[in-house]
Amino acid sequence: MNRFVLVGAVSAAALLGSTAISNAASVEVMHWWTSGGEQAAVSVFAEEFEALESGHTWIDTAIAGGDASRSATLQRILGGDAPGAAQFNISRQFEELAEAGLLLDLTDLAEAEGWRDFIRPDAILDVCEFDGRIYCVPVNIHSWQWGWASVPAFEAAGLEVPTNLEDFVAAIPALQEAGIIPLAIGGEPWQHNGALGVTLMSVMGLEGHLRLYRDRDADYARSEEVARGLEIWREMTATIDDGAANRNWNDTTNLVITDQAALQIMGDWARGEFALAGLEAGVDYECLPGPSDDPYLDTGGDIFLFPKQNDPEVEAAQLEMASMMVNPRVQALFNNAKGSLPVRDDVDFSLADACMRKGLEILSNPDRVFQGAGFYMLEDDVQRLNDLWVEFSFNRDMSIEEAQERFANIIATAAE
Amino acid sequence: MARRRIKINPMALIGLTPMIATAVGVFVICIIYSIVLSFTNSRLLPNFEFIGFAQYERLWETPRWLISVRNIWLFGFFSIAFNMIFGYLLAVFMDQRIKQEDAFRTIFLYPFAMSLVVTGLVWQWIMDPNLGFQSAVRNMGFTDFRFSPLTNEATAIYGVIVAGIWNGVGVTMAILLAGLRGVDEEVWKAARVDGIPTWKTYLFITLPMMRGAFITAFVLQCVGVVRVYDLIIAMTQGGPGISTQMPAVFVIQHISGRSNVGLGMAAATMMLLPIIVLIAIQQYFAWRSRRRAAGIGAAVATLPQAQGVKAS
Repeated sequence: MNRFVLVGAVSAAALLGSTAISNAASVEVMHWWTSGGEQAAVSVFAEEFEALESGHTWIDTAIAGGDASRSATLQRILGGDAPGAAQFNISRQFEELAEAGLLLDLTDLAEAEGWRDFIRPDAILDVCEFDGRIYCVPVNIHSWQWGWASVPAFEAAGLEVPTNLEDFVAAIPALQEAGIIPLAIGGEPWQHNGALGVTLMSVMGLEGHLRLYRDRDADYARSEEVARGLEIWREMTATIDDGAANRNWNDTTNLVITDQAALQIMGDWARGEFALAGLEAGVDYECLPGPSDDPYLDTGGDIFLFPKQNDPEVEAAQLEMASMMVNPRVQALFNNAKGSLPVRDDVDFSLADACMRKGLEILSNPDRVFQGAGFYMLEDDVQRLNDLWVEFSFNRDMSIEEAQERFANIIATAAE
Repeated sequence: MARRRIKINPMALIGLTPMIATAVGVFVICIIYSIVLSFTNSRLLPNFEFIGFAQYERLWETPRWLISVRNIWLFGFFSIAFNMIFGYLLAVFMDQRIKQEDAFRTIFLYPFAMSLVVTGLVWQWIMDPNLGFQSAVRNMGFTDFRFSPLTNEATAIYGVIVAGIWNGVGVTMAILLAGLRGVDEEVWKAARVDGIPTWKTYLFITLPMMRGAFITAFVLQCVGVVRVYDLIIAMTQGGPGISTQMPAVFVIQHISGRSNVGLGMAAATMMLLPIIVLIAIQQYFAWRSRRRAAGIGAAVATLPQAQGVKAS
């Protein structure tokens, strides 16, 4: 159908005269959405962009892996061969690009369309703003703070599904006796980093999180709460199965889907896997926000930025793309395919399942929403923390005291 | 001794200009630029706010860098040592006038022709407990068999070393085989006349005569070790934990994704140091042997007999 729309648009443009055709531009878009669901989502953007009246072309450059894609984008911008648009995370990853004046200023468009009024929570637009100007467009919201539990696995061990990690740790021996893998996790560094961060958050709560990353209170890194969080992590990861090395996140989710494992700590993108397997929330599996009785959700997600181009036609096309990405209809289509939450709340939520509704309810309470460490700290320092947590997680000779001391040191020396 | 005047051929100069420009531009200027950047607090974009040795101080306090340095020594020592030993043994084996020598040489050289990314992935699969060697042996009935070096922090680096040896041994063999073939047939005949066993001839006579081939192979291996990057990315991504990190991975990640050019350049400069030391040592020996040769030449020239011979 879209092809017809495109053909229609092109022929309409042809009828309007040659000036309309010459406005058509090609925009290369770099992103790391390569899995099935992600591809479906990015196709929504591509098709909607090409269906615009101006007859622009979307040139897709997908690079597997966020790190690899972001590195390639940065190198190309610095090398003078900037792509037309590029995906980054909601974080400070691209701050220097904006400061150096390498990004297209979207402020006029944002003001004309009223982004400030409909994009929520405010924090996801705040990361796009430098010196009062807006340089990027948030497209979706993801949260890491979810546990995915297999109801039959806990039943087999004669247990109720726990709602927090303390109860889960207490349940580990019974699960092992029943021949069930207690915690499902893959050996990739980002899975360990993410889940460990969630574990710390579930113990520290919002107050501790802000003291650490926003206020840079190094003493808090040496506190009892952080120690307890690391202890829980050690207990949960003591029983990792042999196959964990190199296992990607969705194969890991599959262990919970097939009731071989009891719990996976993974962001809300895991929901799509349960839906795809035809499981029903609350019956076959349970989603645990937090996982904590006092849950907080972060508003991570993706943004697109538009490196400056010399060609005014490409610039016009970039602005049209930015506008298309926050269009309510496109937001609904895109986020349904992606399994993420839209950046505006005036879109159709009729397709939301039980877990998504739980998430939406928590997100609607501003006191329960927080920003990840990457919102307060530079990427370099976030990665130093990641190095520490990955080392701590795999090197069981490292004591909790040593890890806390190094944690405190990174917090104390992190750049502003 | 009168110094010979160096005559410059203008055609040669024209021909060499692009090469000289590239060498100076790419190597000298870029290396100096990198070293200068390592004394700045450059993040994503290079700047010239000098902060002294702060990047180096942070570098040598970073556990991941210390592990990278330890790993490259381990990797370098074991992979070069085993490549040399196995490479020489294979070359000797190939030297036995075996049938199908071409076929064998192709087989042994093949790993070198393959991308390190492919090598890394193949060995990752072989060492994966669920796909590779362990599961194959278990399927044969030995259910307690364990072989999963890459899943253990303490052994993962040795798994990487095995893949490195597999990749490098063939090319070492090819170079040493050429060296073996270059040894004069007369030497072999003389050894045989003296009744020296073949293995002793290989070990004590031809091996010392192949210094050039060994140095070539050694230098190639060293370069391969210092820049090892793709093998790590494909095989372990530096894991489990940070146990198989390497300096080149550290540098690339810091100057790209992590947006800390200053620290990355400090690490790159540290990688350059051992190479400069190696080159300095080699230059010193080359200079010393040149001087000795010149000294002997001068001594010979002053001998009256020699002059007489020349004159006749």
